[in-house]
Amino acid sequence: MSLRKFITNKTTAALAVLFTVFANTSAFAQDASVAGAAAAPKVDMGEIYKSVIFYILIFLAVCLFIAIIGKSIKVYELSREAQGKPVGINWNRVHASLFALFLVLGLYGVYWEYTVHGSMLLPDAASEHGKKIDEMFNLTLIITTIVFIATHILLFGFSYIYRYSAKRKAYYYPHNNTIEKIWTIVPALVLTVLVLMGFLTWRSIFFKVEDPNHKPLQIEVTSEQFKWSFRYPGADGIVGTKNYKLTTATNQLGIDFKDINSRDDEMADEMVLPVGKPVKLILTSKDVIHSFYMPHFRVQLNTVPGMKTFFEFTPTKTTAQMQQETNDPNFKFIILCAKICGSGHYNMQKVVRVVSDAEYKTWIAEQKTYLNDDLRKQFNLPVAPAAPKAASDSTAKDSAAVKTNQMALNK
Amino acid sequence: MSTIALHDEHNHDHADHGHHKETLISKYIFSMDHKMIAKQFLITGIIMAVIAMGLSILFRIQLAWPDQNFPFLETFLGKWAEGGRIKPDFYLALVTIHGTIMVFFVLTAGLSGTFSNLLIPLQIGARDMASPFLNMLSYWFFFSACVIMMSSFFIQTGPASGGWTVYPPLSVVAKAMPGSGMGMTLWLISMVLFVASSLMGGINYVSTILNMRTKGMDLWKMPLPIWAFFLTAILGILSFPVLVAGVVLMVFDRSFGTSFYLSDIVMGTTILPNEGGSPILWQHLFWFLGHPEVYIVIMPALGISSEVISVNSRKPIFGYHAMVYSLIGITVLSFIVWGHHMFVTGMNPLLGGVFMITTLIIAVPSAVKTFNYLATLWRGNIRFTPAMLFAIGLVSFFISGGLTGIFLGNASLDINLHDTYFVVAHFHLVMGSAAIFGMLAGVYHWFPRMFGKMMNAKLGYLHFWLTFIAAYLVFFPLHFLGLDGVPRRYYAFTEFEFMKKWLTVNVFVTWAAIMAALAQVAFLFNFFYSIFRGKVAPQNPWEANTLEWTAPVEHIHGNWPGEIPTVYRWPYDYSKPGHDEDFIPQTVPFSQTMSSNLPHDFEGNAEAEKIQQDWELANPVEENKG
Repeated sequence: MSLRKFITNKTTAALAVLFTVFANTSAFAQDASVAGAAAAPKVDMGEIYKSVIFYILIFLAVCLFIAIIGKSIKVYELSREAQGKPVGINWNRVHASLFALFLVLGLYGVYWEYTVHGSMLLPDAASEHGKKIDEMFNLTLIITTIVFIATHILLFGFSYIYRYSAKRKAYYYPHNNTIEKIWTIVPALVLTVLVLMGFLTWRSIFFKVEDPNHKPLQIEVTSEQFKWSFRYPGADGIVGTKNYKLTTATNQLGIDFKDINSRDDEMADEMVLPVGKPVKLILTSKDVIHSFYMPHFRVQLNTVPGMKTFFEFTPTKTTAQMQQETNDPNFKFIILCAKICGSGHYNMQKVVRVVSDAEYKTWIAEQKTYLNDDLRKQFNLPVAPAAPKAASDSTAKDSAAVKTNQMALNK
Repeated sequence: MSTIALHDEHNHDHADHGHHKETLISKYIFSMDHKMIAKQFLITGIIMAVIAMGLSILFRIQLAWPDQNFPFLETFLGKWAEGGRIKPDFYLALVTIHGTIMVFFVLTAGLSGTFSNLLIPLQIGARDMASPFLNMLSYWFFFSACVIMMSSFFIQTGPASGGWTVYPPLSVVAKAMPGSGMGMTLWLISMVLFVASSLMGGINYVSTILNMRTKGMDLWKMPLPIWAFFLTAILGILSFPVLVAGVVLMVFDRSFGTSFYLSDIVMGTTILPNEGGSPILWQHLFWFLGHPEVYIVIMPALGISSEVISVNSRKPIFGYHAMVYSLIGITVLSFIVWGHHMFVTGMNPLLGGVFMITTLIIAVPSAVKTFNYLATLWRGNIRFTPAMLFAIGLVSFFISGGLTGIFLGNASLDINLHDTYFVVAHFHLVMGSAAIFGMLAGVYHWFPRMFGKMMNAKLGYLHFWLTFIAAYLVFFPLHFLGLDGVPRRYYAFTEFEFMKKWLTVNVFVTWAAIMAALAQVAFLFNFFYSIFRGKVAPQNPWEANTLEWTAPVEHIHGNWPGEIPTVYRWPYDYSKPGHDEDFIPQTVPFSQTMSSNLPHDFEGNAEAEKIQQDWELANPVEENKG
């Protein structure tokens, strides 16, 4: 009855006509394009897969299909009703079963995700503190997975077991203080453990006591749209000061060469680190906020203009070691930007190479200093590389710096 | 009480003089009736949700097929997708506006605005909101905010594109990206209007709940949605002004050369004159709102689902008091956790430790709520109405997304997870999907109340299953991208070798997202079709206890003809033993349900207890009653 109404319905008829017309036009269009392609043996489906009409048609067909199913369900139910039989479909049972099915398939899906996608993740941490982070991650993962599975079994299990039945009445059970206390206190205790571990790890990462005999290697990182620049400290082991007002085309980082510590600072195209030595990163930014992110070392900290941030860590594996461990001869440690910073955000990369101490020493010896002849002229320094005159410089430093600022600003 | 009396008189006046002349404009556009305003919020919210969903499909297409051209994109987007390929700047604009619309316009205004307006007067027994005019203004400010936000798609430099958190200096320095020009200005104007709207709404909700409850409706007899709306409104009132303060400072930085957020900035080789500000300041101000905001989003959804789950399990909500206290706990704690968004921003690490502790504490009330939902389902008699399906879906998402929050709330783990896809997956489950499901549960549940018609249940079923499955297919795999260190807001995964293995996953996720989007067609059709052609709703279609189902189906100004009903009991007397039906509305006095009264019901009222005891002596309980 209802189905017939559906078929004879004017709107449906109109839709059917439209549908046919659309289907035909696109078919004609297809013919034309085939003809245009000059006797191509096969129809090039690529264009069709890209055409919007194709998808709209598929969607309309699906809608029609669903409408037909809907109507036939209705016909079925009405006929059952007319015959005085119990209502056609027990939707409560359908949904209960679907929830049970969803639980089973979902659990399998989670298992599949954990094993398949779970094996595509970052390799084990290549830094000291990273190991602690990984341990804590695993502990948290175990706890949350247990809770996740248990609560979902209860949620969908209860949905299945306690589906509606006209014969039954629900159990009036408004509260139970003991149970409620238990499930307040147990999560609180578990979280306390996690908080304590997290807190201690966090402190161990960010509050390091410096050992004067074993000073970390300082490296200054400067971010800008859309690249990273590194500054190695040179022989003195100290990265010199910089002042953004000194930035020019030749002095892109705004290094203040009046500071004696700056003069031997070296530039590097990639970040090379000696294995097993603590490294102290001094993170700065020229323009907007970026985030210095080295996933393999579990290192991330934002670089903020106008503010220095520090991250100290110790790499424990060389690149060569990692290539062996991951069975990937092309493996590289990388730096990415993790804070939205503009159109080039998705491609702000640098390579990090962790090498043995000896290799590091040969490499660092080859790097050039930032200070070149042009900059020497600008800062009124003797052009020929000479031993820095420490005493006179440090006294005259302040006034000279001011003068240089003016100079830089006037440019 | 005097307020109620006053309103009763007011209503009699109406009856005497007949109706005001209602014109089309006063009824449908500048309406001051809370039910109409709720509909306005809902429909605007739905339209914004569809737009935001469309934007998400656009950027999902880009992520799935970064090296293919889609000519139809150029047709729609013009030079932003020249050659059928979305440009990086526009990609970021899409992400930004998707986030802004979803968080503020859909899940704050669309959710709170709709259901607070609809349910507060109806469930507490009031004729209307405390100030209907303010209520109307609230909607129109919201509407203007939406229009201004959307207008940024029609300017040459495009909409704001610094992410929905608009961190300076990116969003302040116009040179940093095209979206930080005019688009950002419009974003800020829109946001100020939006905050004004939500403040007017919030003040109204709080004052209505505190002052205009009907006789007998004490705070502990309020249905849980009302508690949720009440606490949400308080959160909003206390936190939104901080955002405005931040926004005003940003307007100054952008337009009048101040340096609140800027210092030491060099764009290329141009040295900016700003000195002394700090970009971190914005983050503190933003997240002081931003974190309560996510609870502003989720709490109404939790309130709605508490009601829906209880009604459809035919069981009282388990631990009503615990549910309220956990909401209060969440409300208070949500003000002191904002720093967990800033663990790695260079904020003092000492603060990071403190914020980690407060953040993980907030998991406790959330856990209590989850367990109480499960206990409510236990031994229930569950009717799977579309609303119930969505409420169960909400609980599932709330669990899944909540658990990943334990990773992110841990400062040490956050170092490697911050701003990766793990975060994206986390908040899309716990705040996005869960809150949307709460909203949909509310729409299916209260549609009969709103429009006096029923929605088609079968389309609702289809809608639920497709959306539920698709949402998991979209967001579950994204966790693993994050664990592999893939940062969010990346325009393409083609530049890094290690990301290429995720390209196939991206294609899969995009198809799942398209499936989720198409499933919404079932909802949209159902919604708009049912408004006009749906079956007429019965008085109390779900056999629920709350007051709104005692009001006539036909909407009238003032909600109830004659006196407002009096409330005698809490709203969750479902399947009470000894009663012949499995529900007892709040308006039924205990004197009519002598066979089912429990000692607890009388709250220590000795006289009532005595009457009950006498009655029980006179009517001994039949032993065979189960």
